[in-house]
Amino acid sequence: MSKALQEPATPHRWPRPTEGTWTQHYPELGTSMMSFEDSVSPEFFELEREAIFKRAWLNVGRVEQVPKTGSYFTKELDVARTSLIVVRDHDGTVKAFHNVCRHRGNKLVWNEFPREETSGTCRQFTCKYHGWRYGLDGSLGFVQQEGEFFDLDKAALGLRPVHCDVWAGFIFVNLDATPRQTLREFLGPMITDLDGYPFDKMTEWYEFKADNQSNWKLFADAFQEYYHVPGLHSQQVPSAVRTPGKGFECAHFQVDGPHRMVSTGGARRWTMPAEFMYPIERATRSGLVGPWESPELGELPKGLNPGRIEPWGIDNFQIFPNIEILIYHGWYLLYRYWPTSHNTHRFEGMLCFQPARTVRERVEHEVASVVFKEFALQDAGMLTGTQTALESAYRTAGMTHFPVNDQEILVRHFHKAVADWVDVYRHDLSGVVAR
Amino acid sequence: MTTTLLPPAFADLERFAHDWCLKTESERYARRLASPMQELIDFYDACFPRIEDALAYCDKFPLEELPEDAIHLLHLMYSLIMVAMAVEIFQQPKPVDSADAELARVSEPWP
Ligand code: FES
Ligand SMILES: [Fe+2]
Repeated sequence: MSKALQEPATPHRWPRPTEGTWTQHYPELGTSMMSFEDSVSPEFFELEREAIFKRAWLNVGRVEQVPKTGSYFTKELDVARTSLIVVRDHDGTVKAFHNVCRHRGNKLVWNEFPREETSGTCRQFTCKYHGWRYGLDGSLGFVQQEGEFFDLDKAALGLRPVHCDVWAGFIFVNLDATPRQTLREFLGPMITDLDGYPFDKMTEWYEFKADNQSNWKLFADAFQEYYHVPGLHSQQVPSAVRTPGKGFECAHFQVDGPHRMVSTGGARRWTMPAEFMYPIERATRSGLVGPWESPELGELPKGLNPGRIEPWGIDNFQIFPNIEILIYHGWYLLYRYWPTSHNTHRFEGMLCFQPARTVRERVEHEVASVVFKEFALQDAGMLTGTQTALESAYRTAGMTHFPVNDQEILVRHFHKAVADWVDVYRHDLSGVVAR
Repeated sequence: MTTTLLPPAFADLERFAHDWCLKTESERYARRLASPMQELIDFYDACFPRIEDALAYCDKFPLEELPEDAIHLLHLMYSLIMVAMAVEIFQQPKPVDSADAELARVSEPWP
C-alpha cells in the first residue's frame, strides 16, 4: 500500500501510559491473538463451572433485597447446578444456604414453579413435601412425627450453609468449601477503593432479564469495549452530526488481579450544540447517559475515576467473573452474566437511581431505562450471530484465534483471567491425582 | 359508554389514551412493535408538542399522590418516550440490528 493511501494515525485524545499502549502497560497480557475456544467448547465450559463459578465470590444480589429479619430471596445458579436461599437472620446478618431440604432433598423454597426464583418474608422455611421447618439461621426446628425416625440428630440436619459476605451492599456467595480468599482479598484495592460510594442511596430500580443464545463472556465483551460503538450503535448520535469513520477512544483502562475497569471522558452530550441530541432528550433532559442532572452525592471515594479523567464520563468496573458496575453521574447500572450452557446465558441488568422526588425526575429515569434497552438490544442481537459464526469458524473454517486491539484490552484481560483460573484448577486437579 | 382517561386539559390526546395509557414498559414495547410506523408517527406528532404541558401538569402533584387521570397522562408520556425511539432514532418500530434479541423489564417503579 502506498504511503498516501494509508490512513493517517488517529491523534490520541487521552494520554497513554509510557509504554505507548494500555496493553503493553500490562506485559503479562501479551499482544498475540486470542483463542475462541473458551466461547465454543462444552468441555471448557465444564471446567469454568468448577474452576470459576465454584471458586470465585459471586454477587447474587443487594442488601436492599433483604431489608428486614426474615426477608429472603432464592437464586438459581445453573452454572453450579445449585439453588440458594439468601436470608436476613435475627442477628441482622445476611446468610446463604443451599436450597435443599435435609429430609429427602426436595427444593425447600419455591413459589409457583420450582425452577423459578422467588422472594418474600417469613419466620421460618417450611418444606412443601413433608413439612420439615428450618429457622432463619438454617437450623432444623421441626420434624413431622419425629418419633417415627431412628436416632434423628436434628442438630446435624440444618440447612447446608454457603459462604456469604457483603461488600458495599452487594451480597456475595462463595460455593467453595474453604474459599481461598476473603471477599475483600478477592476484590482487591481497585474495587474496594469504591468503599463509601452511596450505592445504598440508589434504590429506585429498573430490572431487566434476558436469555441469550451466546456464551456468557461474549455479552460481557460487548460491554467492556467501546470500539464497537460507532459501528453497531451509529444511531447513538443523530444522523445530522454523525461522522462516518469516526472512532471512539477510551480515556483510561486499569486492571487489578482478575478485575478490570475502563473510564470514558469527554464533553457531556447536553453541553454540545442542540443537534447532538434527539428531541426527546431535550424535552426530558435525559437520554443516553442518563439524567443530565442527578441529586448531589457529596464526597466520592478515591476509587472512582482512578485515572482522574476530566471531563469524566463513565466508570465501568468489571468484577470477575460475571459482574459489571457502570457508574454514571449520580446513578449506576449493574449487569450480571450467568452461564446456562457453553452457548447460552441468562443476562440480568439493573438501572439504579436515587428515588425520584418529582414526576419529572421519574420521567428522566424512564427515558434512561428505555434508551438503555434500545441499545442493549443491538448488542444482544449480535450475539446469536457471533456465537453461531464462532462455532462454525472454530470447527470448520479453521479460524481459532482473533486479534485484539488496544481499545479492547479488557476483552484480552477477561479471557486471560478466565484461562488463568482454569489453569490453576487443572493444576490443582493434577496435584490431587498425582498424590 | 365512553370513559375519559385524561385530565380535561388534554382532551386533544384522548383519542390515543385507550391504546397507549399502558401501565408497564412491557405493554408499551409490545404495542410499539405491533404498530405500523405511520401510527407511531401520528401518535408522536400529536403528543410530542404536549410533553412540556403534560409534565408541568403532573408535577403539580406529589409523585405518590397523583390522581388517576394524571397517572394516565404520565403513562401516555411514557408511551411517547417509547415511540420516540422508533420515530426519532430508528425509523422503524424495532431497534435496528437487534435481530431476535429480547430484553424483558421485570421490575420498575410505580407510577
Ligand atoms: S423432603 Fe423436605 S420434608 Fe421431606
Ligand atoms: Fe454496545
